[in-house]
Amino acid sequence: MLNFNYIALIPLLPIISFLIIGLIGRRYFPVFSGLLGTLSLLVSFLLSAFVAYQYFFEFGKVDGVYQQIIALKYVWLQFSPNIAIDMGILLDPISVMMIVIVTFISLMVHIYSIGYMHGEPRYATYYAFLSLFTFSMLGLVLSSNIFQIYIFWELVGVSSFLLIGYYYEKPSAVAASKKAFIVTRFADLGFLIGILVLSYYSETLDFQTLIQRLTTEGSYLSGIAGASFLGCSALTWGLVLVFAGGAGKSAMFPFHIWLPDAMEGPTPVSALIHAATMVVAGVYLVARLFPVFSNSGPNALEVVAYIGIFSSMLAAIIACTQTDIKRVLAYSTMSQIGFMMFALGVSGYHGEEGVGFMASMFHLFTHSIFKALLFLGAGAVIHYVHSNEMKDMGGLRKLMPITHITFLLACLAIAGIPPFAGFFSKEEILLACWNSNKLIFGAAVLTAGLTAFYMFRLYFSIFWSKEYKSHNTNHDADAHHGEAPGTMLLPLIILGGLSVVAGFVPFSHLVTADGLAFETEFHLGFAIGPILIAVSAIILAWYMYCKESIVPQKIADSLKGFYTAAYRKFYFDEIYLFITKKIVFNLIGRPAAWIDKNIFDGFINLLASVTESISESIKSLQSGKLQEYAIYFFAGTLGFVLLFIYLWA
Amino acid sequence: MNEIGLEHILFVSTALFFIGVFGFLTRKNMITMLMAIELILNSVNINFIAFNKYLYADKLDGLFFTIFIIAIAAAEASVAIAIIIHLYRSLKSIDVDDADLMKF
Amino acid sequence: MNASQIIFYCIAALIIGGGILAVTTRKIFRAAVFLLFSLLGIAALYFYLNYEFIAAVQIVVYVGGIVVLIIFSVFLTHASGDVMKKPVLWRAVFSALAAAFATALTMLFITEQHFVATGNTVLAPTVKNIGLQMLSTTEHGYILPFEVVSMLLLAALIGCIVIAIKIKTKE
Repeated sequence: MLNFNYIALIPLLPIISFLIIGLIGRRYFPVFSGLLGTLSLLVSFLLSAFVAYQYFFEFGKVDGVYQQIIALKYVWLQFSPNIAIDMGILLDPISVMMIVIVTFISLMVHIYSIGYMHGEPRYATYYAFLSLFTFSMLGLVLSSNIFQIYIFWELVGVSSFLLIGYYYEKPSAVAASKKAFIVTRFADLGFLIGILVLSYYSETLDFQTLIQRLTTEGSYLSGIAGASFLGCSALTWGLVLVFAGGAGKSAMFPFHIWLPDAMEGPTPVSALIHAATMVVAGVYLVARLFPVFSNSGPNALEVVAYIGIFSSMLAAIIACTQTDIKRVLAYSTMSQIGFMMFALGVSGYHGEEGVGFMASMFHLFTHSIFKALLFLGAGAVIHYVHSNEMKDMGGLRKLMPITHITFLLACLAIAGIPPFAGFFSKEEILLACWNSNKLIFGAAVLTAGLTAFYMFRLYFSIFWSKEYKSHNTNHDADAHHGEAPGTMLLPLIILGGLSVVAGFVPFSHLVTADGLAFETEFHLGFAIGPILIAVSAIILAWYMYCKESIVPQKIADSLKGFYTAAYRKFYFDEIYLFITKKIVFNLIGRPAAWIDKNIFDGFINLLASVTESISESIKSLQSGKLQEYAIYFFAGTLGFVLLFIYLWA
Repeated sequence: MNEIGLEHILFVSTALFFIGVFGFLTRKNMITMLMAIELILNSVNINFIAFNKYLYADKLDGLFFTIFIIAIAAAEASVAIAIIIHLYRSLKSIDVDDADLMKF
Repeated sequence: MNASQIIFYCIAALIIGGGILAVTTRKIFRAAVFLLFSLLGIAALYFYLNYEFIAAVQIVVYVGGIVVLIIFSVFLTHASGDVMKKPVLWRAVFSALAAAFATALTMLFITEQHFVATGNTVLAPTVKNIGLQMLSTTEHGYILPFEVVSMLLLAALIGCIVIAIKIKTKE
């Protein structure tokens, strides 16, 4: 069973379907391209599930420790005997978990999109981009080499760009895709520098070798820890810079500005990319380098933790004020990713101290399920109502029963109510925080409460609140006043069911920081506090939003300035735009442009004009007059004669 | 200087040559330029005959060169006249400075 | 001073004087006539050097052919009576100086040179010898250039006709 060649099929099937659909799908089989994409992904998912089953239950464990196995390795670019970019597949608890998640959520989104994107003119292109994205994400999680992960990182960014800007006729969508790409690219600059720093000192690009060299005592570790720059060791710098790249992709502060705008893309895209897969790439990166972070770079790990909690709280506050349902979900994603980040940040490494790592991965797993469900449900609602705003919705529970129930299940899961999935993962995170950093624990509990509040605000505003009035009167009414089509409901039902039971997976036996399984205990006394906070937040939301009331508005007015700042997302976009336009453009851009235009171009123009004026002045030598030519000839001959006879010898 | 030697005749031919060059470079009329060319060719003829007589009296090579040069000069003068007449028809003048069509 | 020296100097004066006048006079007919005198002087020089055949060829071809041709062309271009324009000053000055300088330079080279005559038996330039040489195919025979020059003359003849012919345009 150790023949790993079929594992290569897992990312290969999506890329082949991308090529087929992309090149000939639009012309020859536009409608079938959806089925082709879905089918290839189904096979990928089944293979991933098979690999997961085999890895976790058959061969992965050696002496009780889950091994990192290199399934395939291919030397691609050899820079020197030490440094080479290999393309390989690394199997390890987190990567196996990720391929299951990615293929499963992608499959759900593919099925959903058959209904949601039905009738779109560029239907085949959409499926081609989805396949490209899935391929890139799978390549990212299976990477065995830090440069390979960077390559796929960029590919993921490109696919995200293509998908966010799918409705390219809308200028807002184009602007959003550019923003996403530019911000993440800017963060990736840090990532690249971090890669270079780490690989320079450890003299390798391969993950296993790099981690081993930077965690065991030896010349490599002392070399990198010894070299210091502006007060911090090179190791800290390298890790922080790598984390900066991860923060860009995961929409952590200060690179979070692209995520809300990325909601311009189609809703299934938001479900796939901006809920379950791409945004967790940063978390995955930190998890992949976790041994280095925790053993050798505790300073960097603190940075991770604080940025995680800060982003989490920031997003939760902003989400309480937003009225576009997709934006609420986007900030919710940012908040939950923050949870995963700070869970990693407070984690230890060995055995039970690694509960933070395990909790983070567990939360990644459960979050992907219920966040995808939330987005797909929101998509169904938007499909029905033709608007994103909460004020256009209300009372939809009677009109869309299945969507309602599944949405409710997801909200309960994210709020952390037992026995739904989110409860178990969130409780483990809080346990990890309690054990290491009480400040972060307090903030985390507060954020969890806010999470429950704004999610139920969303739920009540959509499905209860007021009676639904359709705004489209000349719409072909009755054809549309039913629930969403079956292809859209099936994923909702599947994901709804999973968000109930996914919490019961014994994660700590499977995915841990050092590979050893440990038992997690369930302390009722510890868990009861957050549960009570969540329940009271839900009751508060019910009170404010279940029926139309003036209470929310009164609270908003009383919090005047703060409310406005939160509603305007704390003006981050305006600040960044100010910095770029007024400072960077004026102080750097304009002088550089001036130098280029006047000095460099001017120099070339000067050369040209000098040549031109010289030629103008000597062109009269060619007068066309025979005798003048003869004079020049005669004089020249005389000159040569004198030269050769008198000066040569 | 009591014998007319080779140098005397060479002086004559040299002077004639450069007189011809002067005329070629100075004259404005195309036909007078042609006359100057004839002077140049004749100076060369004198040179050949002189060398043949004084240095190589056992051969007649210089003499034959002269004959051929005379023949060729005749041919060239006739072609030149034909060109001048043709040019006169277009430009209506035989001033050599008017034929500056190849200027910049 | 022998008589032959005096005769030589007179011939030389004729040649050079005719040449100078030919290139400096401003009346075109006179230039042609001075050219004629110069060419006659050259023929006299050939007689002086005992190369009668060449002298005869010179008179017949140059004087009787080419100078006549030149005079005809003067008529054809309607320039016969006019006074020509003065030459451009800088060209004239420069050319005069350059020509004088070049003459001096060449004479310097010539006088420094030591010419050595071959001591072989003299081959007299009689018409008989010239004829034998011209039509012989052995070494020092000039049959080939002779034929080539006749081709050249044919080509020149045809070329002149073609260049100077007036093409009647059809109205």
